[in-house]
Amino acid sequence: MVKEKIKGFFEKFYLLVVLAILYAPIILLIIYSFSNSSNFNFDNGFSFEAYVSIFKSDKSPELWSAVANTLIIASVSSVIATIMGTFASIGIFNLGKRARRIVENVNQFPIINSEIVMAVSMMIFFVTFSFPEGYLRLIIAHIAFCTPYVVLSVLPKLESMDPNIYEAALDLGANPFKALTKVMIPIITPGIVSGFVMAFIMSMDDFIITQINKGAATGINTLSTFIYSDARVQGLEPFWYAIFSIIFVAVLAAVLSINLVKISREKKKNKEKNA
Amino acid sequence: MKKVARKKFRLTKKVFSIPYILFLLLFVVIPLVLILVNAFLDNGNNLTLDNFKTFFTSKSSLVVLGNSLLVGVITTALCLIIGYPVAYFLSKMSSGRILVLLYIIPMGVNFLIRTLATKAIFIALGVELGMGTVLFGMVYNYLPFMILPLHTTLSGIDKSYIEAAQDLGADKATVFLKTTLPLSLSGIFSGITMVFIPTISTYAISQLLSNGKIFLFGDSIQLSFEQGMYGVGSIMSLVMLVFVLLSNFVMNKFNRNSNAVRRSLW
Repeated sequence: MVKEKIKGFFEKFYLLVVLAILYAPIILLIIYSFSNSSNFNFDNGFSFEAYVSIFKSDKSPELWSAVANTLIIASVSSVIATIMGTFASIGIFNLGKRARRIVENVNQFPIINSEIVMAVSMMIFFVTFSFPEGYLRLIIAHIAFCTPYVVLSVLPKLESMDPNIYEAALDLGANPFKALTKVMIPIITPGIVSGFVMAFIMSMDDFIITQINKGAATGINTLSTFIYSDARVQGLEPFWYAIFSIIFVAVLAAVLSINLVKISREKKKNKEKNA
Repeated sequence: MKKVARKKFRLTKKVFSIPYILFLLLFVVIPLVLILVNAFLDNGNNLTLDNFKTFFTSKSSLVVLGNSLLVGVITTALCLIIGYPVAYFLSKMSSGRILVLLYIIPMGVNFLIRTLATKAIFIALGVELGMGTVLFGMVYNYLPFMILPLHTTLSGIDKSYIEAAQDLGADKATVFLKTTLPLSLSGIFSGITMVFIPTISTYAISQLLSNGKIFLFGDSIQLSFEQGMYGVGSIMSLVMLVFVLLSNFVMNKFNRNSNAVRRSLW
């Protein structure tokens, strides 16, 4: 009995230690974002100075334009990726077996490929065919690595859809266009939405592909490339502590709430099944 | 009549995939072909095999490749040693499915931000930046990629196997070694590939955490393109691609859906 207890304690202790190490940098950064120093001390006392400097620092204009670029690129590319990916999924679903397998494999490629190889291959492509530097290159590159995720979340919904429903709509006199928009699309909407969310997040989160394809001369920065160019050279100013803390809290809240909703929904489903 | 029309429409629905197929051809397939082509071109666009010679005889590029593989192997081993107990202990707990989320969540924050945060702490603690800090950063970044597939496999093991082994008289160590461990092999393999490939191809992490002292394969791919050495850069990319395809082959053999781990976060 005692042995069991010690073992149980040891297991919990181990789990906690690993968890503590995973979160230590995040928590320390949040704590010291209120110190207005970059050396992890409270010599300057407690202050919100770092948060104020997000708006008042001489880097603020650059920061806000980077935020704007991140959002513009993420919105444009995720919307296009979602539309193209949804239609592509319907098309792929109706392809012959062999064609379908080929397309699905190519679709996997941007996901399994190492990001750096994907990034340089697109760079060579853009240079070879002299695409104009700037937003166009970035948006095409982002669509290329986002769309596969849309396809991967819409296709399973099509597979699990009862084909009779669509046929029934046709039998009841709906024309194919109506059957598509009124019957099929609503059924696969959950897949489309989660594909869109994923594409948006992937695009916002991207660093490597943007960094390599943004072109040095354009001066376009997204948040991640701006962080890299600024913090790499000078180390972290208090200003960054505040921004990182905001990002940490936002991301943790988002992931936690999305997953809790997912879990509670599954539980509900299981309950309904059992009832 | 109606049946014919429907058949026609089923056929035409295939058309919906054409824009995306063209897009994939243009922006995914052709760029990769261009890498292959560039590997055989010199700077004046003449056919040559010199790039291969440059890469495979230059000491520095082989040292970088060797270093990356070494960092990759050590990182993967550390992730497995640290991550397996985490996944195993969690799989025994009733709330393990929710608790494992806590270990995965940090992955949602951009790796650059996490890396810079760890770097700031190392600097504040006065730790010298070098191989040790690079390895810490890699393990810190990729540990969740190991824990998730392991946890999925371990918690999916049918408990009756373990009970059967116990009933047949195996002690705890034997049960683990002869039942749990072999049954979790698929998770181990997908964890290994999920950590190894990103580690050897990382760009920026090792530079940031070693103050530019340690250069890995991803960094040197980027650098050779930045310096206009497209040929050598292309060869490095091809080497990387071989690793990617090999690992994907292994992964598919053991676990069909494991390259979706990153997606499962959201």
